[in-house]
Amino acid sequence: MYSEKVMDHFQNPRNMGEVENPDGVGEVGNPQCGDVMRITIKVDETEDRIEDVKFKTLGCGAAIATSSMVTELAKGKRLDEAEEISKKVVADALGGLPPQKMHCSNLASDGLRKAIEDYRSRHGN
Amino acid sequence: MQSDIFLDNAATTRTDAAVVKAMFPWLEQNFGSPATLYWLGTQAKEAVEEARQQLAELIGAEAKDIFFTSGATEANNWAIKGVAEALADKGKNIITNGAEHHSILKPLSYLEKKGWEVTYLPVDSGGLVDPDAVAAAIRPDTVLITTVHANHEIGTIQPIAEIGRIARERKVAFHVNAAQTVGHIPVDVDLLGADLLSVSGHKFYGPKGVGALYVRRGTRIMPLFHGGSQEKKRRAGTHNVPGIVGMGEAARIAKREMNDEAAKLTNLRDHVFDWAKENIDDIRINGHRSQRLPNNVNFSLEGIEGESIMLSLSYPTVPEARRVYISTGSACVSGSLEPSHILLALGMPAELAHGSVRITMAKGDTQADLDYALKAIAAVAERLREMSPVYKKTRKQEMHGA
Repeated sequence: MYSEKVMDHFQNPRNMGEVENPDGVGEVGNPQCGDVMRITIKVDETEDRIEDVKFKTLGCGAAIATSSMVTELAKGKRLDEAEEISKKVVADALGGLPPQKMHCSNLASDGLRKAIEDYRSRHGN
Repeated sequence: MQSDIFLDNAATTRTDAAVVKAMFPWLEQNFGSPATLYWLGTQAKEAVEEARQQLAELIGAEAKDIFFTSGATEANNWAIKGVAEALADKGKNIITNGAEHHSILKPLSYLEKKGWEVTYLPVDSGGLVDPDAVAAAIRPDTVLITTVHANHEIGTIQPIAEIGRIARERKVAFHVNAAQTVGHIPVDVDLLGADLLSVSGHKFYGPKGVGALYVRRGTRIMPLFHGGSQEKKRRAGTHNVPGIVGMGEAARIAKREMNDEAAKLTNLRDHVFDWAKENIDDIRINGHRSQRLPNNVNFSLEGIEGESIMLSLSYPTVPEARRVYISTGSACVSGSLEPSHILLALGMPAELAHGSVRITMAKGDTQADLDYALKAIAAVAERLREMSPVYKKTRKQEMHGA
């Protein structure tokens, strides 16, 4: 059911954990639905760039793989570029997702945007 | 590399080698249809009748009351729709409970759209139906009570004989879905008081695509399939001869081995529960502790989700590791956004249902296999909990059920 790439990110997740003293935190989903993702970011303020990003995820294979992929895509990107990472971009980078997983378990890009929003609200811009 | 450990036997079982052997001649040399009168056909008919006798002996029935179907889903659909239609002039109320299999609940909701009224009784936290509640729910227009013998997910064995007595006293037809019990624990249609009883071949080491409905003589039921005059005009369609022969052989073997296997599996089951409670933090046992199928284990692991447990176990990252197959009540594998309706019917919060693990063992499973699987589950739980943003270790263990 899952592509090889999804299974690779599920079995060997990249950037799992929490950034120390994060500049932004984004949490999406809820345990009743079975998916919760928490994205933490460290921002290089002079360049407006994501210096480090990590995830923690409760959820199915797709939820974990999309979280891992989002961190890989976002790392090193400028904030405005990172905000452009959509559900579709994440799914395509993973070689596709089963249709029923496109929406319920593909929340990581929302989590990333929330973390960026959190950073901006903290830094007043 | 060592072999896989298959612990999803409530879903399907490995076909017994003796069953496969018994089926072969009916695929190769003798492919005749039992409905034909030439020699090839009469040979096939004899084989089908022998299988009918073998299955009848396993469930304490008379062979003439057994009707072969494509499986338990067909048998359940036939029992429900067939009795409802036959007794529509008498009444349109059917009694069941919220923790039944979809092949019971979906035909019932289909009937609801056509004017029938269904009473869904609650189950307790262990999954049990209260026979007194069944008695109290019977109305003058009640035509059918349908109750599963043992639940496929949590293994809870219902007080069928008590419900059967009530049904008989009140003259209401009683259907029992025995897909999980036939060939595993004693099933006797008279002792259970069943008027109709569904059987599935592949759940007790027989082939897939074959099952049966027991229909007690005198029970009014309309056919589900119309066509040829097979099965005394009650179930049209050319017989699945290899499948039927295979299920007959599986029934013969089960009658001989079942009780010993059940005793061994009960010990193994209790060992699995004990080990899991001792060695895995924040675990909740789901279902009933004693009124339970010998081969069924179900627990929830807090802070993680079932599909990721299932995937991790079946795609191990450690080289040379054995694949372990389990199942889960998580929404992610149900094909819907809802977790298992059975776990929710027990009163369990959704997040615990998502984290449920079902282990269903087969005859011949050893403690060494189960210990390997348990250690793999414990390791996976630890890894996924490290990844979980909501898990906080509390090391509490609770029995969810009775």
